[in-house]
Amino acid sequence: MKKIGLFLFSVLFLAAQEFVQAQDSQGYKIGDNAKDFSLKTTDGSTVSLTGLDGAKGAIVIFSCNTCPYVVAYEDRMIELHNKYASQGYPVIAINSNDAKASPGDSFEKMQERAKDKGFTFPYAYDESQEVIKTYGGTRTPHVYLLHKEGNDFKVKYIGAIDNNYQDASAVTERYVEEALAAVMNGQPVANQTTKAIGCTIKWTKAE
Amino acid sequence: MKLIISSLVTLLLSFGFISDQSNKELQLISFPEFEEMTNEKSDKIRIFNFWATWCAPCVKEMPYFQKVKDEDPKLDLIFISMDDGRKPERVTTFMERRNVSSPVYLLNDVDYNKWIDKVDPSWSGAIPATLFVKPDGSRFFHEGEVTEEELKEMIKQLK
Repeated sequence: MKKIGLFLFSVLFLAAQEFVQAQDSQGYKIGDNAKDFSLKTTDGSTVSLTGLDGAKGAIVIFSCNTCPYVVAYEDRMIELHNKYASQGYPVIAINSNDAKASPGDSFEKMQERAKDKGFTFPYAYDESQEVIKTYGGTRTPHVYLLHKEGNDFKVKYIGAIDNNYQDASAVTERYVEEALAAVMNGQPVANQTTKAIGCTIKWTKAE
Repeated sequence: MKLIISSLVTLLLSFGFISDQSNKELQLISFPEFEEMTNEKSDKIRIFNFWATWCAPCVKEMPYFQKVKDEDPKLDLIFISMDDGRKPERVTTFMERRNVSSPVYLLNDVDYNKWIDKVDPSWSGAIPATLFVKPDGSRFFHEGEVTEEELKEMIKQLK
């Protein structure tokens, strides 16, 4: 009996692993072509990859209003945009959180946040959560650095902004900036993926 | 006078008038210290729950963990806080207000990319997340919020 139990457990365990892997494989990996999107932004316009004027790529950041890690990074997101938009890599922040599950992440609250913080980058609402599902974002903030090759937007880096959310002056590894420097110089990106503690995505519950 | 007070405190403590403060203390730990904890020998299934005071789904599931642990003597529960190590009072206040009886440690290392994979390669870094360590040392990891039923089912599978 014990053996059967053990066998069943192994089967379940393997199935669970398969499930986790399947989930992982749903999102983008390095080198994949990122799909374009068209999302409404807090300033009343829409943002899309192909609509970016003269862009060589984009720094897509899955973000929100309510996560303390995002709040800790907002100033650095503005700095990234101000530094790299003119070089062809604007920041596009996307909030995918369901407003019912997280009322602080509604479109109206996004507009308030963008105004209060003086966001210089587009802050877009992924209400259907299709964009984050396609990209495979799992937490906020979650960065996807894209580089334009021909008409394709290739994924060059996935992960955190840097290695110290608490203190920008104590950062020793600027993952996004280092990846950008490599991409702009036509060099391979050394750290292609990184992980960080972040807030879960507040998924829409099926009615 | 001092002696009288201290002996009074000792007396009160011994009679249990002042609740034991040991589980109300918050210890800040490094990642190697956390790893050591997970590698300690135990005859129980040990549950390491990663949470933070600001994380709504974490706070929601904490009572389920506490209840399931209280009902099963073969379980050990350790809460690992991801809160800001510069503001530990946020965690201690929370622990007092919510009567958290299981031990709480604050993992004070923000260089996350260096250690998340060592906890489990499948972890994206989102919290809540939970690591189960069986008496034989084998591990099971779950990212995301659980209900009481889901938690019980996971533990059943591990037994």
